[in-house]
Amino acid sequence: MYLPRAWRALYLLPLAFMAAFYFYPLLSILQLSLLPGGQPDLSGFRALVERPYLRGVVWFTVWQAAVSTLLTLLLGLPAAYIFAHFEFPGKGLLRALTTIPFVMPTVVVGAAFTTLLGPRGVVNDLLQAALGLDRPPVNLLYTLWIILLAHVFYNATVVVRIVGDFWANLDPRLGEAAAVLGADRWRVLREVTLPLLLPPIAASSLLVFLFCFTSFGVILILGGPRFSTLEVEIYRQAVNYFNLPLAAVLSLVQLVITFAVMAAYTRLQARTSLPLNLRPRSSIAHRPANAREWLAVGAVITLLTAVLVAPLAALAVRSVTLGEGPPSLRFYQALTVNRSQDIFFVPPVLAIRNSLVFSAAATVLSLALGLISAYLLTAPGRAAGRLARWLDPILLLPLGTSAVTLGFGYIVALGRPPLNLRTSLALVPLAYTLIAMPFVVRTLLPALRRLDPGLREAAATLGASPTQVVREVDLPLIWRGLLVAAVFAFTISLGEFGATLLLYRPAYPTMSVVIYRALGQPGLVNYGQALAMSTLLMLVCLGSLLAIERFRVGGQGEF
Amino acid sequence: MAQLEVLQVSKAFDATPVLREVSFAVEAGELVCLLGPSGCGKTTLLRIVAGLEQPDSGQVRFEGQDLAGVPVHRRGFGLMFQDYALFPHKSVAENIAFGLRMAPKEQRLDRQSLQRRVAEMLTLVNLVGYEDRRVHELSGGEQQRVALARSLAPRPRLLMLDEPLGSLDRVLREELMLELRHILKRVGTTALYVTHDQQEAFAIADRVVILQRGRVEQVGAPAAVYRRPATPFVARFLGMQNLLPGRVVALTPQPTVATAVGTFACAGCAPEAAVGAVVTVVIRPDAAAPAASCADGDRRNCLEGTLTELSFRGSQVKIECAVGELGPRFTFDLPGAAAASLPAVGEPLRLRLDPDGVVLLPAGEENSRTDVQ
Amino acid sequence: MTPQRAVILWLTAALLLLAACVPPVGVGPTAEPSPAAATPTPVAAQTLVLMSHDSFAATEDVIRQFETAHNVKLEFLKAGDAGEALNKACLSKDNPLADVFFGVDNTFFSRAIGCDIFEPYASPLLADIPDDLKLDPQSRLLPVDFGYVNVNYDRRWFAEKGLAVPQTLRDLTKPEYKGLLVVQNPATSSPGLAFLLTTVAHFGETGSYTYLDFWRDLRANDVLVTDGWSEAYFSHFTVGSGGEGDRPLVVSYATSPPADVYYSEGAKTEPDSGNLSPANATFRQIEFIGILRGTKQRALAEKLIDFLLSPTFQEDIPLQMFVYPANRNAKLPDLFVQFAEVPQQPVQLAPEQIEANRERWIEAWTDVVLR
Repeated sequence: MYLPRAWRALYLLPLAFMAAFYFYPLLSILQLSLLPGGQPDLSGFRALVERPYLRGVVWFTVWQAAVSTLLTLLLGLPAAYIFAHFEFPGKGLLRALTTIPFVMPTVVVGAAFTTLLGPRGVVNDLLQAALGLDRPPVNLLYTLWIILLAHVFYNATVVVRIVGDFWANLDPRLGEAAAVLGADRWRVLREVTLPLLLPPIAASSLLVFLFCFTSFGVILILGGPRFSTLEVEIYRQAVNYFNLPLAAVLSLVQLVITFAVMAAYTRLQARTSLPLNLRPRSSIAHRPANAREWLAVGAVITLLTAVLVAPLAALAVRSVTLGEGPPSLRFYQALTVNRSQDIFFVPPVLAIRNSLVFSAAATVLSLALGLISAYLLTAPGRAAGRLARWLDPILLLPLGTSAVTLGFGYIVALGRPPLNLRTSLALVPLAYTLIAMPFVVRTLLPALRRLDPGLREAAATLGASPTQVVREVDLPLIWRGLLVAAVFAFTISLGEFGATLLLYRPAYPTMSVVIYRALGQPGLVNYGQALAMSTLLMLVCLGSLLAIERFRVGGQGEF
Repeated sequence: MAQLEVLQVSKAFDATPVLREVSFAVEAGELVCLLGPSGCGKTTLLRIVAGLEQPDSGQVRFEGQDLAGVPVHRRGFGLMFQDYALFPHKSVAENIAFGLRMAPKEQRLDRQSLQRRVAEMLTLVNLVGYEDRRVHELSGGEQQRVALARSLAPRPRLLMLDEPLGSLDRVLREELMLELRHILKRVGTTALYVTHDQQEAFAIADRVVILQRGRVEQVGAPAAVYRRPATPFVARFLGMQNLLPGRVVALTPQPTVATAVGTFACAGCAPEAAVGAVVTVVIRPDAAAPAASCADGDRRNCLEGTLTELSFRGSQVKIECAVGELGPRFTFDLPGAAAASLPAVGEPLRLRLDPDGVVLLPAGEENSRTDVQ
Repeated sequence: MTPQRAVILWLTAALLLLAACVPPVGVGPTAEPSPAAATPTPVAAQTLVLMSHDSFAATEDVIRQFETAHNVKLEFLKAGDAGEALNKACLSKDNPLADVFFGVDNTFFSRAIGCDIFEPYASPLLADIPDDLKLDPQSRLLPVDFGYVNVNYDRRWFAEKGLAVPQTLRDLTKPEYKGLLVVQNPATSSPGLAFLLTTVAHFGETGSYTYLDFWRDLRANDVLVTDGWSEAYFSHFTVGSGGEGDRPLVVSYATSPPADVYYSEGAKTEPDSGNLSPANATFRQIEFIGILRGTKQRALAEKLIDFLLSPTFQEDIPLQMFVYPANRNAKLPDLFVQFAEVPQQPVQLAPEQIEANRERWIEAWTDVVLR
C-alpha cells in the first residue's frame, strides 16, 4: 500500500525515531564498551570463548525460548480457535482477562504463583488434604517448569489475539470444501487451516520467542538463581561486575541471534504469504451447537482459567485476606494513607492517572509510527521492497535487545542537545514505543496486505482524494488490526516493559513504581499494599481493554 | 426409488424458519436445479444435503440410507461453492488432487493413477497445462473450471453446485452454462444445482425445484413448469406479469373465467374450483397474437385495448397493451415478424389469446402453496 | 449493545483520550506547594538534583526545611538498585546527571572511587561521625547511614516447634535446621552479597573449614536461594509472607524486626521476627554520599551534604529507610531502641578487598551452591 504523495515525508519519522532512540544509544554504549578510548577491548570475546558456562547460557536462552513458544502455541491456538468461532457468556471478559498477565510485574506474579503452587499454596493444600500426604506433592518453584509455565502465562495472549483475529476472518468455506472432499476434522486442520494460518502463527511465534528470549524477571524471580538467560547474564555483568566489554559482547550475541531468527521468519513469510481473499465478515462466531462443541469450549475455558486467570484471582483474593482476621479492604485503605509523611508517597489515584497518561501517550505514538512503518513496508516498487527487507527485521531488533545495555546507552548518548533527554519525562513514552512498535507493525502488516487495491482505486474514481482514500477506505478496513495493535501498545506500556531502560523520576510515579516501592521494605502492610495495588492494576487494565475493544468505526464488526 | 430423497426437511436460524418441510427427490443421473430468489433457503438446503448443516427435523436419504449421523467427509458428495473456495496455498493440480488424497485408505489411488486422474480432469475442463499454476493467477472462468474439476475428481455420488456461474460476466455465463451441462451429462453424475436465475435453470436442468420462503412451490421439467406455473409466485418469478382476478363461469367444454377485461377459456387446465369460484388468471406472455377484429363469432379470449409500448428485440417484439384508461396493462412477447402488423403506439389494438396460454390458479395470497405437485 | 452501555463505553474511551492529552501529575517537590508552603516563594529558586538508588526515602517536611532554608528546589532521580545507580553515575561522568549522589555502599565503594566521579568535600559534620565509618581519607565519599545484614528468625515458629534458635553460623548446617533457611543470590542481591562476604570473613578462604565448605554443607541442608530480597522475604519467610512461606530463617537486616512492627498498622506491639547476630557473623553495610564531579552548584551541593549529615535529616533516616544514622548526635526512635539490636563485632572486610575478589567469590559460590 502507498501513502498519498504529500504524506510520504512521514516515512522518515519511524526511521528517524529508530535512529535516534535505538541505534544511536546502542552504538554509543557498544563503542564505549568495546573501544574504550579508541583501543579495542577484546576481553569480552575472550571470555565468551574461554568460559563454557557462557556458552551454556546462550544455549539455554535459545532452548527455553523455543520450548516456551511451542507451549504458548499449544495453549494459544485452541484458545484463538474458540474465540474466533464461538459465542459464549463472558467471552469478552475472558479475552480481556487473558491479556492482563501481560501488564503484571514479575515480582507480583511470582507471589501469585507461590500462592497457588508454593509448598503451602492452594494446590498443594488441596492435594495434601485429598491424598493424605504429609509433604507437598507439587514442587514447581525454581524449576524449569515454572519458567515455561510463566512464559505461557505471559504470552498466550499474543497468540490468542494475533492468530484469533486472522482466524475469525478466514473463509470458513475453505474448510467446508475440504470436508466435502472427504477430509476429516484433523485433515482439514492439517491440510487447510494450519497452512493458511501460518503467517499469523509465524508472526506471533516470533514475538513470543523474542519476549522469552530476552526474559529477565521470570528467570530471576520464578526460575531462581540456578537459571540464567543472556539478559540476566548481561545484567549481572553490567550491573554487578561493571564488566561492560563482556556485557556488550553478550548483547551482540543477543542481536545476532535475534537477527538470525528474524531472517528465518522473513523467509518463511515470503514462502507462505498468499493474497488471501479474506473479507471482513461481521462474525462467524456462533453459540456452541452440540455437546461436542460445548465440551471443546469448556475445555479451553477451563485451561485458560487454570493457567491464566487462577494466578490473577489468587492475587486478588490474597489482597483482601492477607494477614489475620476476616477479609477486608484494609490494604486498599492503607494505600491512601501517607503514614510516615514520605516525600515519595503516591496517592493511588495519581499513580493510576500517571500510568494511564504514559500508556495513552505511548499508544498514540506507537500506533502512529507503527502505521507509517507498515505502509512503508508494504509500499509498491522495487526500491521500497529492498528497503522493506532491511527495515522489517530492524524494527524488531529492540525486542531482542538487552534493556540494561540500551538503558546505559541512553545515559551515554542522550545527554547532549538536541537529544538531551536522559532525565526527560518524554523518554518514558518513547522507550515504551520502542518495545510496542514491533507489535503494532506485526499486527498491522497482514491487515494492510489484505487490503484490496481495487477498493482504493474504486474510491479514487469516485472522487476521493488520496487523503480521503486513507481515511475512508484503508482505516475502516484495517480497524480491527489497529485495535489489536492498540491493545498491545497499551498493555506493554501499562506493564512498563522497558522501564528498566530509564532513570526513574519519583515525582511522576506509576502503578508499578508503587508496587516495587512497597515490596522494598519488610512488613505485612507493605506486602498487602503491593497486592492491593497489583489488583488495582489488573482492574485498570481490564477496564481499559474493555473500553479499547469497544471502539468502532465505519460499521465494522465486533473485535 | 429415487437416489436422493429430501423428506420434510425444516431448519430455522435463531427462530427464523429458513426451510419448512421441504420434500423432493432426485433420480440417479438427473440434473435438478433448486431455483428461487435469494434468501429462499436453497443454499441452506444444499448445505444440509452436504452435511454442513443439520436439519431441525426431516430426513435426507441417499440410496435408501438415512444420512443423519453420516459426517460431511464420509458422504462422498461433491460441492462446488459459490466463489469456488479454492485452496490458495495449493496449485491447480494439488487442488484437484485433494479429494483423491482424502479417500479412505483402501480406495486411495497410487501416485500414478492419481496423476492420471488429475490429467483426465484437466482435459475434461479444458485446462491442460495449468497443473502448476497458483489459483490466484487464474481468471474467474478458469477458477470455475478448476473448482468443477476438483469436485468431480473423486467421482462423487452426488455433485452439488452453489451458484457456480454467479460471479461471472454474462457472455462467459452463456458459454459455460452449456459447457457445464455438457460435462455433467458426459460424466453422468447426479447433480443438484442451485441458482436464482430461471434462464440458467431452464437451460441446464432436467427438472427444477422452485423454492420460496423455505417452501417448495413447484417441481417439474422446465417446459412443464413454464407452461403450467403452479402458483402466482412461480408465475411471477418466471417473468409472467399478466395476472388478474377472475370468476369461473363454466367448466365445459373448456373451463372459462370472466374477468374485468373479458372472458377467457383455458385449454388443458384441470379446474380445481367449481363454477362461481374466484381464481387468479395468468396469461402467459407468449399467448397473444394480433387479430383484426374480435367482433366475429367467439368474443372469448379476445383482448381489446391500446398499444402503449413497443420494443423491438430482433426475434421478438415486446409490447404493452392497456385496457381502458385506468385498467390493467398486459405485456406480451410476439414473434418478430408480427411487428409489421401492429398499429402505431397509442392506436387501438386487438389480441387473440391462445387458450393454452391461459392458466387458472387458486386465488388468494400469492405466496402460499400447501399441496406439492 | 444497549445505548446506555454504548454511552458509558464511549465516555470511558473519551476519558482515556483526555488522559493522553494531559501531562502526568507530579508529587513531592514538583507538585503545587502545600498549604503550609503557600507563602509566595521568591522567584528563580535554583534546582539541585539528588541521584540515588530506588530505596531512598525521606519525610516531606524534612526536605521542605532544606528547600526553604536555601531557596532551592530539590529534584530526585532514582536509577535502579545500588549497583545500577552507581554504574549510571559512572557512565555519565563527563556530563553528570545530578549534583549529589546518595547511596554508594561499602561493597561498591572501590568501584565508585575508581570511577573518579566524586569531588572531595570535608564537611564540618564529619566531626560528628564515628571514625570507623569513614573509609575515604580524601572525603570524596562521606558516610551517611549504616545497617547490618544478618539472619532473621520467626520467633513464634521456633517457640511453637520447641526448637532452639541456632546460635552460630555453623549451626545452620545442622540437621535440625534442614530446609529452614532462605538466602539471596550474591550475584544479584545486595544482602545476598553481604551474607556471602560475612561467610568469607567468618570462615576464611583457607584452613580446615572454609566458607565454601560451609556453603556446601548449607546446600546439603536444603538451603533455598532466591535472586532478590523481596522474593525471599515476602514469598518464603514465614513472617514476611503472612504465613504462606515455609522458611522461618531468612537473610535480611537487623532492622527488619522493628520494621515488622512499624508496618503492622498497630496490630503488633512486638515483632514476630528476631535477630540472630552472633559475634563476627554479621555484615555492616555503610552507605555514602558525595558531590558529583562537574556540578555547577558546588556551594549548594555542599549545603545539601551538610544537611544530609545533620541531625534533622539523620533522625529521619531510621523510620524511612530502616538503617542507622551515621551522625552520633542523631537520636534513635523508640522502636529502634526497643527492637533493633546493634550486632556486636560485624565482620571486617576492606572495600578494596571486596572489589578485587567479588567476582571470584561469587563464581566460586555459584559453583558450589547452584551448579
